Amino acid sequence: MSAAITLAKHGACPVVISDAPDAGGQGYRKLNPHIDLDPRQIYGPEYHRYESLNRQFSELLHIIDYRPSTLAWAIYGGKAHVLRDGQASEIPYRGLILAPGATDRIMPVPGWTLPGVFSLGAAQIALKDQGCFIGRKVVFAGSSPLLLLAALQYRRLGATDLAVLDTTGFSRKLLALAGMRHAPRTFAQGLSYMRELKALGVPVRTGVELKEIEGRNRVSAIRFAAASGKEHRIGCDAVALGHGLRSETQLAELAGCSFSFDPALRQWFPKSDENGRAGERLYVTGDGAGIGGAEAAVAGGSLAAIALLEELGTPVKPGEKSGLQSKVSRLRRFQKSLARAFNWPHEQAATLPDDVIVCRCENVTAGDIRKAAGDDLGPVEVNRMKAITRCGMGRCQGRFCGPALAEITAAAAGQPIETVGRLRAQAPVKPLPLSAARSEP
Amino acid sequence: MTEPDSSQTDVNGVSDQAELPLLIPAAARTGAIVTFHLDGRRLTAHKGESVLAAALQNGCKLRHSEFTGEPRAGFCLMNACQDCWIWTAQGQRLRACSTPVADGLDLHTRVPGTPDGR
Repeated sequence: MSAAITLAKHGACPVVISDAPDAGGQGYRKLNPHIDLDPRQIYGPEYHRYESLNRQFSELLHIIDYRPSTLAWAIYGGKAHVLRDGQASEIPYRGLILAPGATDRIMPVPGWTLPGVFSLGAAQIALKDQGCFIGRKVVFAGSSPLLLLAALQYRRLGATDLAVLDTTGFSRKLLALAGMRHAPRTFAQGLSYMRELKALGVPVRTGVELKEIEGRNRVSAIRFAAASGKEHRIGCDAVALGHGLRSETQLAELAGCSFSFDPALRQWFPKSDENGRAGERLYVTGDGAGIGGAEAAVAGGSLAAIALLEELGTPVKPGEKSGLQSKVSRLRRFQKSLARAFNWPHEQAATLPDDVIVCRCENVTAGDIRKAAGDDLGPVEVNRMKAITRCGMGRCQGRFCGPALAEITAAAAGQPIETVGRLRAQAPVKPLPLSAARSEP
Repeated sequence: MTEPDSSQTDVNGVSDQAELPLLIPAAARTGAIVTFHLDGRRLTAHKGESVLAAALQNGCKLRHSEFTGEPRAGFCLMNACQDCWIWTAQGQRLRACSTPVADGLDLHTRVPGTPDGR
């Protein structure tokens, strides 16, 4: 959205393709106009950023070729291959800015496929987009600063029976404080979330280990071990699960980006320069380029747009980029500190029980992956694991099992995570109906 | 940090309330009423709601795993996990989280016309 706004303001007529019914990221997701929600209540101090982004986009819609509910399923030969209402078409482009965002990163927990377990992002979307809580008693579990924000959004909207289970210990967060100077405002915000939750009586437990989400056909409780080792169980009918964010990188790969491994985040990201440039007239921005959060995504989108305009020979004001560059890099440094503070519990991959489902699409367990990694079938590498076990081959194409697959493979083989590779993306990046193939020329 | 006292830990857990809805409305709907069917039940929703929200305010599943038959009710709500597919009586597959509910939709949590509905 931010890139489109900047392009439109400079006289370009951008095409905006969004798989979702509304364009834009999840951080400042547009509230559903058919539901009586107060954006000030949901977005709190971020309200003015939410309002400004969505207002500017709608004011410029007359110059934007806006295509919501449209899936870009491949990038090939200088064209975006899209599908809308079952109709396939191709959109040739002069420049491409990819802003596919991120999903929650998930470390599987026994029982995580039960109805009532949603991703942490989903818990927020249920509220913002559908005006719904994911249950009557919701436990926000995992490791992410968004656990606190989501719990607070639920509490502000009237949910009373909530709990937060954070798998990172408080001392680890203190250790990571050293890096927080990059964004004092955001840090202060985190502390204020903690204070507000405490004042509202929402229990927040840190340093826990999630043991199991229990239930027969739906969630009935979550079992965890406290830092002391003592086991507890909280009765609940919903769990919001998230361990930080995982970039969406499939389209970047199809567009020809190369990738590099970030050891702090234990993830592969498309390589780009300080403007988001990843190739000739090719840009990646937002959380799909590097985890930075909503504010960084807005600045980064605008930055990529300005850089693309320059590359295409459109005059832009000198100095327009430098402020945005420092903002994006400051916010990304801060997110890296946050990622250290809210640890991705990769070490749990080694101890996950063999019968835990890792791939919810293809029903592949941790034991299946370990067995494949142990068999003498050549180099241990995630694409090979995918071919042998089908983990990552299903309808989500590894979006939710991919990080755990890599960690389990690395742990089972005793190899460093960066040596087991990265799941390769293939077109279509999301499932297409067979009828779409018929409409291709 | 707040440490919950033991009274907040429900040792028995919430009982399995198999047919109670999964999603709980948190705000008033302003869209017009629409009527749809879910597994043969005639239900109402509001314009502006997704198929997922409409179905899960009236039930607790959208589909069944092809492998185990276990119920599933979506996961990511952001078009990524594809675990919210639901079927129409005509055999059309909908991604429930990104499809708006509409008058006359006839939704099925089991694949119509197959022996085990998966």
